[in-house]
Amino acid sequence: MFEIFGIPSTALFGQLLIGLINGSFYALLSLGLAVIFGMLNIINFSHGAQYMMGAFAAYLILQYSGLGYWPALIIAPILVGFTGILVERFLLQWLYKLDHLYGLLLTFGLALIFEGVARNYFGSAGLPYTVPESLRGGQNLGFMFLPNYRAWVVAASLVVCFGTWFVIERTRLGAYLRAATENPTLVRAFGINVPRMITLTYGFGVALAAFAGVMAAPIYNVSPQMGAELIIVVFAVVVIGGMGSILGAIVTGFGLGVIEGLTKVFFPEASNTVIFVIMAIVLLVRPAGLFGRRA
Amino acid sequence: MRKTLGLAALAAVLACGGANAQQVNVKIGVLSDMSSLYADIGGPGSVAAAKMAIADFTKDHPNVKVDLISGDHQNKPDIGTQIANQWYDVDKVDMIIDVPNSGVALATSQVASSKNKVFIVSGAAASDITGPKCNANTIHWTYDTWMLANGTGTAIVKTGGDSWFFLTSDYAFGHALERDTMAAVEKAGGKVLGKVRHPINTNDFSSFLLQAQSSKAKVIGLANAGGDTINSIKQAAEFGIVKGGQSLAGLLVFASDVAALGLPTAQGLILTETWYWDMNDANRAWTKRWQQERQGKWPTMIHAGVYAGITHYLKAAVALKGNLSDGKAVVAQMKSMPTEDQLFGKGTIRPDGRKIHPAYLLEVKKPSDSKHPGDFYNVRATIPADQAFRPLKEGNCPLVSG
Repeated sequence: MFEIFGIPSTALFGQLLIGLINGSFYALLSLGLAVIFGMLNIINFSHGAQYMMGAFAAYLILQYSGLGYWPALIIAPILVGFTGILVERFLLQWLYKLDHLYGLLLTFGLALIFEGVARNYFGSAGLPYTVPESLRGGQNLGFMFLPNYRAWVVAASLVVCFGTWFVIERTRLGAYLRAATENPTLVRAFGINVPRMITLTYGFGVALAAFAGVMAAPIYNVSPQMGAELIIVVFAVVVIGGMGSILGAIVTGFGLGVIEGLTKVFFPEASNTVIFVIMAIVLLVRPAGLFGRRA
Repeated sequence: MRKTLGLAALAAVLACGGANAQQVNVKIGVLSDMSSLYADIGGPGSVAAAKMAIADFTKDHPNVKVDLISGDHQNKPDIGTQIANQWYDVDKVDMIIDVPNSGVALATSQVASSKNKVFIVSGAAASDITGPKCNANTIHWTYDTWMLANGTGTAIVKTGGDSWFFLTSDYAFGHALERDTMAAVEKAGGKVLGKVRHPINTNDFSSFLLQAQSSKAKVIGLANAGGDTINSIKQAAEFGIVKGGQSLAGLLVFASDVAALGLPTAQGLILTETWYWDMNDANRAWTKRWQQERQGKWPTMIHAGVYAGITHYLKAAVALKGNLSDGKAVVAQMKSMPTEDQLFGKGTIRPDGRKIHPAYLLEVKKPSDSKHPGDFYNVRATIPADQAFRPLKEGNCPLVSG
C-alpha cells in the first residue's frame, strides 16, 4: 500500500468510488434540468421539490398499496411526471414568450408550496424507507466495502443518462424535439404537434427527477427539505457543464461528484463549497460552461 | 350608623380582595427552527407545549395574561439575533424560549444580556451556555453536551467501547459535544483515534463513514443531531459498519429521530435523555394532550423543557407581581425558587443558570419488544440529578466565584 499526499491509497480509491456514486445523483438530476432548460428554455427551480416528491411517492406507494421498491421505480416517476404535465399545461405554457425569470419565479414558488405541504403533513424529521431485500449487503473490494445498493445506483444512472442522451441526440424523435426548440413555427408547419411535445418533454424531465428521488429514498433521509440543499448544487453542476448541453450535464455531474469526494478526504469542512468555487472559476474562463453552445 | 359601618367594612374587604388579584401581563416568544432539520425536535411542537403551559398556569391564576408569539430562526445566527432584537425592542417580548441550534442560542443569549431581558434555552445543547459564555439573563433548561457526554460516553466505555472515532457537525454544538465526550471517554480510560468534521445539513455521509471504518475504532461517536444523525445511522447500516464489528454511539438522539429511522434500523442505540413520554402516567397524559395539536408525532424532551420553563417563569413573574422590566432580577428570582412541575418533578436552578434534574440512560427497543406505537425505549439506568450535570466549579462561568 502506498501513500498519496499523506492519505493511504486504499482510502483514496474508496473515496473516488464514493465520489462517483454521488456524482451519479448529480448527473441524473442535472440531466433533467438540462433537458428542460435546453429544450424548453425554462429554469425549473422546482426540480428539487419534484425529486422530493418522487421519494415521498415511493414511501406512499409502499404505505397504501404494499408495492415495494421495484414497482415504485416505475410508478413514482410516472405519477410525478404526470403532475409535471399538469403544471406545464396549466401554469408554465403562458410564460414561454416572457423572460426566463418568470419561469424561474413560478417554479420556485411551486417548490416552496410542495415543500410546505409535505412538511405540514409529514413533519421534517423524515420517513423510514429501507433498501430492498435483493440489494442489501455488499462486496468487500479490499480497499473498501461497497454496498450493493450503491453499485446499483451508479449502474442505473449510467444507463438512464446515456439512454436519454442517445434518444435526444441520435434518434429522429430527439431530432424533432431539437428542431422544435429552434424553430417551432417551421416544425409545426411540417405537421408535428409541438405543444404536446413540449408538455411531454417537461413531464419527462420531471419524471427523471422523481426517478432520482426513488433511488435516493433508501439511503438518504426522506424529508421535505431533501431536495432544497441538493438543487443548489445541481444548478451549479448544470451551469458548469453548460446550460443547454445534455452531455455536459452528465459528464460534469460525475466529474464534480468525484472532486467533491476528494475534497471530503483532504479538507472536509469545505466539501459543500468546492463546487461553487469551481463554478466561479469556470464562469470567469468559459462563460458558456465547459460544453456550452450558446455564446 | 350601622349601615355606614357595614358599607365601610364591605368596601374594605373588597379593596383587600382587589389588591391580591393584581394583573400580571407577560409576553413570551418561542424562537425555534420551524422548517429545517430541527423542526421536529423543537419547532411547532414547542409552540404547542408553550400553549399548554400557558393554559395550565392561567387556569389557576386568572390574573395572569400571557401573549404568545413564535418565530423561525432557520438555523442562522444572524436571522435569530435579528428576530430576538426586534422582539425585545419593538414587540415588548419579556422572555424568549427554546432555540435549538447552539450557534443561534449563544448569539441570542448575548442579545438577552445586552437588553436585560430573559432567555430560557430548551433546544440547544452546548455546555458553554452555562460555562464560559454564561450570563445573568440566561437559563439552560433541558439538557447539555456535558450531560450527554457523561451519560452516553461513560456508559459505552464501561461496556468495552474504549476506542472512539468522531463524526462531528462543524459548528458550535458539534465542537462542544465532541470536546465534552472526548474528555469523558479519556477520563473513563478510553482513547480517541481520530475525528472528521462535516457541514451541518449534509445529505451524504458515505465518505466520512468510510474514514471512520478505516480508523478501526470500536465506537463511532455521532456528534451531530436531527437530520444529520438520521442520515449517518441510515447510511452506516448500509455500509455494514455494525456488522463489521464497530458500534454507533448516537450522542444526541430524540424520539422523533427514532420514529424517522424505524426500530429495525435504530435498535440497540444507547442514548441519554432527561424526559421520555412513556416513562410514567403523568408524562403519558401530557403527551396525549400535546398530540391533539401535533397528530402522529411524539414529544421530545425539548418540548417538555419548554412547558416546564414557561411554568417556572410564570411563577417567578407572579412572585415579582408582574414587574418584569429587569431581566436579571427575574432570573435571580427563578434561581431562588425551587422548581416543580408535572414533567420534571422537583429540581433547582444553579447560579450559573443550569437547571438540575435527573437523566436517563435509554436503549432503543428491538421491533419485537415494542408493544404500541411510540414504544421506543428501555430505561437502562437513572443518573441522579447531582451527578448528571457538570460540577459547578468546573464550568469556568464568570458568575461563579472561586
